[in-house]
Amino acid sequence: MVSVAKVNFDCTINGEKKTISAYPMARLLDVIREDCELTGTKEGCGEGECGACTIMIDGELVNSCLVPALQADGAEIKTIEGVATGEQLHVVQESFVVNNGAQCGICTPGMIMAALKLLEEHPDPSPDDIRHGLAGNLCRCTGYMKIFESVLAACQSMKQEV
Amino acid sequence: MRSDVTQYEMVAPKSLDEVLANLSSEPGKWTLFAGGTDLMVLMESGKLAPKNFLSLWGVKELKGISYTDDSMTFGALTTYGELQRHSKVREYFPMLIQAAKETGGLAIQNRGTLGGNIANASPAADSPPGLLVYDAELELTSVDGSRWVPYDGFHTGYKQMKLGEAELITKIRVPRPDPKGVHYFKKVGTRRAQAISKIVLAGFGLMNEGAVKTVRIAVGSVAAITLRCHKTEAFLTGKSLNDSVIAEASEIFGGEITPIDDVRSTGRYRRQVGKNLLKDFLESL
Amino acid sequence: MANAAIGRSVPRKEGRSKVTGEIQYIDDLSFPEAIYGTVIRSPVARGKILGVHFEGDFPWDEFIKVTAEDIPGENRQALILNDQPCLAVDRINHREEPVLLIAHPNKHLLIEARKHVRIEVEEETPIYTIEDSDAKKEVIWGEDNILKKYRVEKGNVDDVWASAHKVIEGEYRTGAQEQLYIEPQGMVAKASPEDGVTVWGSLQCPYYIQGSLEVLFGIPADQCRVVYAATGGGFGGKEEYPTVIAGHTALLAWKSGKTVKMIYDRAEDMAVTTKRHPSLTRHKTAIDKDGKLLAMDVEFLLDGGAYATLTSVVLSRGTIHAVGPYLCPNVRVNARALATNLPPHGAFRGFGAPQSCFAIERHMNKVARAAGLTPEEFRNRNFLNKGQRTATGQLIEENVDMQGLLTTALEKSDYHAKKARFAKENVGQRIKKGIGFATFFHGAGFTGSGEKHLASTLGMEADRNGRIRVLAASTEIGQGANTVFSQVAADTLKISYDAIDIEKPDTEKVPNSGPTVASRTSMIVGNLVAVAAKQLLAKLREAQLLGDEYTPDQFNSACDQYIEKHGELKVISEYSQPPGINWDEENYQGDAYGTYAWAAYVAEVEVDTLTYVTEVKDFVAVQEIGKVLHPIMAAGQIEGGVAQGVGFAVYEKVVWRDGVMINNQMTNYIMPTASDVPEIRVFFEEEPYAYGAAGAKGIGELPLDGSAPAVINAVEDAMKIDIDFIPMLPEDLFELIESAANNGQGEE
Repeated sequence: MVSVAKVNFDCTINGEKKTISAYPMARLLDVIREDCELTGTKEGCGEGECGACTIMIDGELVNSCLVPALQADGAEIKTIEGVATGEQLHVVQESFVVNNGAQCGICTPGMIMAALKLLEEHPDPSPDDIRHGLAGNLCRCTGYMKIFESVLAACQSMKQEV
Repeated sequence: MRSDVTQYEMVAPKSLDEVLANLSSEPGKWTLFAGGTDLMVLMESGKLAPKNFLSLWGVKELKGISYTDDSMTFGALTTYGELQRHSKVREYFPMLIQAAKETGGLAIQNRGTLGGNIANASPAADSPPGLLVYDAELELTSVDGSRWVPYDGFHTGYKQMKLGEAELITKIRVPRPDPKGVHYFKKVGTRRAQAISKIVLAGFGLMNEGAVKTVRIAVGSVAAITLRCHKTEAFLTGKSLNDSVIAEASEIFGGEITPIDDVRSTGRYRRQVGKNLLKDFLESL
Repeated sequence: MANAAIGRSVPRKEGRSKVTGEIQYIDDLSFPEAIYGTVIRSPVARGKILGVHFEGDFPWDEFIKVTAEDIPGENRQALILNDQPCLAVDRINHREEPVLLIAHPNKHLLIEARKHVRIEVEEETPIYTIEDSDAKKEVIWGEDNILKKYRVEKGNVDDVWASAHKVIEGEYRTGAQEQLYIEPQGMVAKASPEDGVTVWGSLQCPYYIQGSLEVLFGIPADQCRVVYAATGGGFGGKEEYPTVIAGHTALLAWKSGKTVKMIYDRAEDMAVTTKRHPSLTRHKTAIDKDGKLLAMDVEFLLDGGAYATLTSVVLSRGTIHAVGPYLCPNVRVNARALATNLPPHGAFRGFGAPQSCFAIERHMNKVARAAGLTPEEFRNRNFLNKGQRTATGQLIEENVDMQGLLTTALEKSDYHAKKARFAKENVGQRIKKGIGFATFFHGAGFTGSGEKHLASTLGMEADRNGRIRVLAASTEIGQGANTVFSQVAADTLKISYDAIDIEKPDTEKVPNSGPTVASRTSMIVGNLVAVAAKQLLAKLREAQLLGDEYTPDQFNSACDQYIEKHGELKVISEYSQPPGINWDEENYQGDAYGTYAWAAYVAEVEVDTLTYVTEVKDFVAVQEIGKVLHPIMAAGQIEGGVAQGVGFAVYEKVVWRDGVMINNQMTNYIMPTASDVPEIRVFFEEEPYAYGAAGAKGIGELPLDGSAPAVINAVEDAMKIDIDFIPMLPEDLFELIESAANNGQGEE
């Protein structure tokens, strides 16, 4: 079987310029995990349902399993590896540790990306905002309560920082 | 079982002209690819035959929302996220907002597009019922130019539509509805969020002196296409609504839909819930 | 002394690596030289294999192919019985049964090629239901399709029926449920006759896998090494199934001489791995005129699927929990697990108890109605108390207060006021509200003599800086094992929580502390940590390096001096059964569990009569679980379990067609999202258990038992309709309402 040709394109991942060589319809998820060796982004379902592969492209949440590589041409990508500043955890990450928002941890990177976006859009989220903002990220361990608490606690810390 | 990604070609034209040139020079070769929220799922499940795709994602001419006093026009690549963020859409087309909000999660809403949703032609899609009752029109464009067609009647059968091989959907236009009208949208999904519809019903109605002046009803997941219920509408128009009229409308509606059993629900359930939703809509007028 | 860690919500041990994405799950580990393996599976549910054909335009000679003939040892999955082959030979007993294995360095080519291996079969008639199997429509397993049976007898139920005030019968069903851990299963293996077998993977029970590899390859245990990778949820789904994947991956590695990686995609994972056993329970109950239980006759049937796997133990737990936390002088439980041509069912959190608990908690509501009592009053008259005996004759010696737990749960949920208000307000409303509860218990740890047979061991080692390393095969799968072990070690040694490390489970490095199952990890293995810590202290004291009182610095220096002198400071603790536990396996009599957790859960629902959709709006979970070691993580366990229970009740349905799950996608198998779960409010009562770590009992499985019946009892309250099965989806409720309307039952 003859494969199609790989394509080369540039994008930015966590602030770093990258040149990618990939099959045009390769899943961006695989490009990130295998070619860029950023394995923090997870695969749970491969069909945009579980949210474990959630990343940001140009500041918006997307499921990286549903993005063909070629559509990342010129994109600014942020993954979980780009959330902390050096050794310093982001407030949201810290809050997930303290409040047990992560149990098995497999949904956590995607969940944190969604939580970051949620707090960006709703600095003072209502319970409904939180539920809606995280509804695209499935968690089988927590029943979500400790995730909600993690987000609320992060929100409090962010307010105090300001 | 997933598919082998090395067998799928994709090119990404940067302009509409380039897209149209591709479509006309090699008719039938190219399949259009918008946000990928459906096609990538099909590829994952091994249900997408290897094809040559034209990615539309970078085509700026297909983006943007504009409006006049009479209507609103959406570029085919308008995402559900963009719809929700637009204050005028929120003001005039609440059903589109609701449909957008209930499509997948936020990450899906940032990639799923109106044009893609129409062209993908799933009878379970969330935005078509709203578009149908808002009397949407589609702009279809090829190298030979553009034409506007009513969205109603565009789909002719399961995944069948009146779209030429060299054409693509470039814009969707919806006239501003009468401000006195009632907008009704109810999606019954498998759960509250991240759900595919078991049935979705959109209705727009306007009463005049106790009688139905205008009524438009569309319903998804109950037929091979998203169905505009013309017979039910015709019956209701001019009538005063009471229990027996609603009951009769329900019968006619029941004759228009052809719901089936599938992995998500049953035909019997869909039929009954469809009738319940119709009744709920009519009682809200 | 350092701050006590137990009872305090210290940060999760591996929490930081989880929020940064640094922690590595099996698919994240780098094996640059690995080739990719996959399984070719049976296309029918039952039949004979006639041949295997490699079709299509593929370079088939480049592929590594493994059939049963390539197995160096025995072709079987060593678990409880020997009935399940690693690779099918001649016969096929369920859809997706592994027939052969292929591997190739090119992942893309492998994906496509696997679709072109055709298994030629002669189809035979399969059976898919408990009833068909029980009726022996086809005999597909042994002589009578019975994978296992138990009988529990107390008093004599048959003496009671004639004189009873009332006799109430009911029949209840539960469906298959997918564990739906978010990380799909996967393994990587290296293997050769010279170096033995090593597998890395997503798993709960390293030593189960080791035992099975030993048989499959015919080599000694010490040549079968199993290494845990961070595991993204298990819930029982990674108890026995990883053994299958480990065997397959290792066989491909053995044959190819290469490292082989096999990661399931979601569709494969859902279609082929084990699910919760479907069940059918028949109850016949006699009461006297005061509403006291006189006799309970229960038939408890499980669908085991095509092979025995862990079914016998699942049946056992379901059997023992079948009559709930109630006192009844005459009890009979007849339990059978039956074979069908579905893929084998297996472990899932709760392990048989959620099935029989659903039945008893629905049935108790029905019996209460017949007795003319409220569900609450009826239960209060029949709860098991201290000093009384369970169905297996176990004397309850702990302080049990089921009535107190129920009262608390009803207060916290404002049950009485709401129940009255809903009854009044529901009339004529489109949305019907309801509130219901379930009361239940869950035996912690292995059943009967199980823990004694396991004879778990655990190691603890100090370094010269006084850092402690806990060596256990118990795996961190999200439940908090690492954290709890560290808390127990720190407090027993009176050093800081931060001075404890947990060794990664690796059969080459850690002793066998038993499988990570049965709500046993904190209670039993946690106690082994405490015992080891005491042994370690004893060594230091014997060497006169440590007094009764000491500072962390003194401890560190004692470790340093000890190691200076003796080379290492390491201890191994061993399980010893608490005194007074007697279990008669033959007659299913005696002390089934060392202790029980006790609970009362209340659910509030809204049912939309326009769409028949049930939403759970509020949930109160009150339980007595011994000492709460880590309040936040314990609550997290309960909340997660409740969400799974809500799914079990009203969302999660496995749709079968021709013996295979056809909704094997997350899009179509519906688990609750953040928008679907109710507010879950968790309350603990503490009655420390003398033989659990720091007084802890097991809690992991408990919340699965009572959640679903509480939800359905609430739906019953809202709709005034009998519901005797789960999952109860909107389509089901619609049909129930339709048939009730035809039979004159129900509200409208």
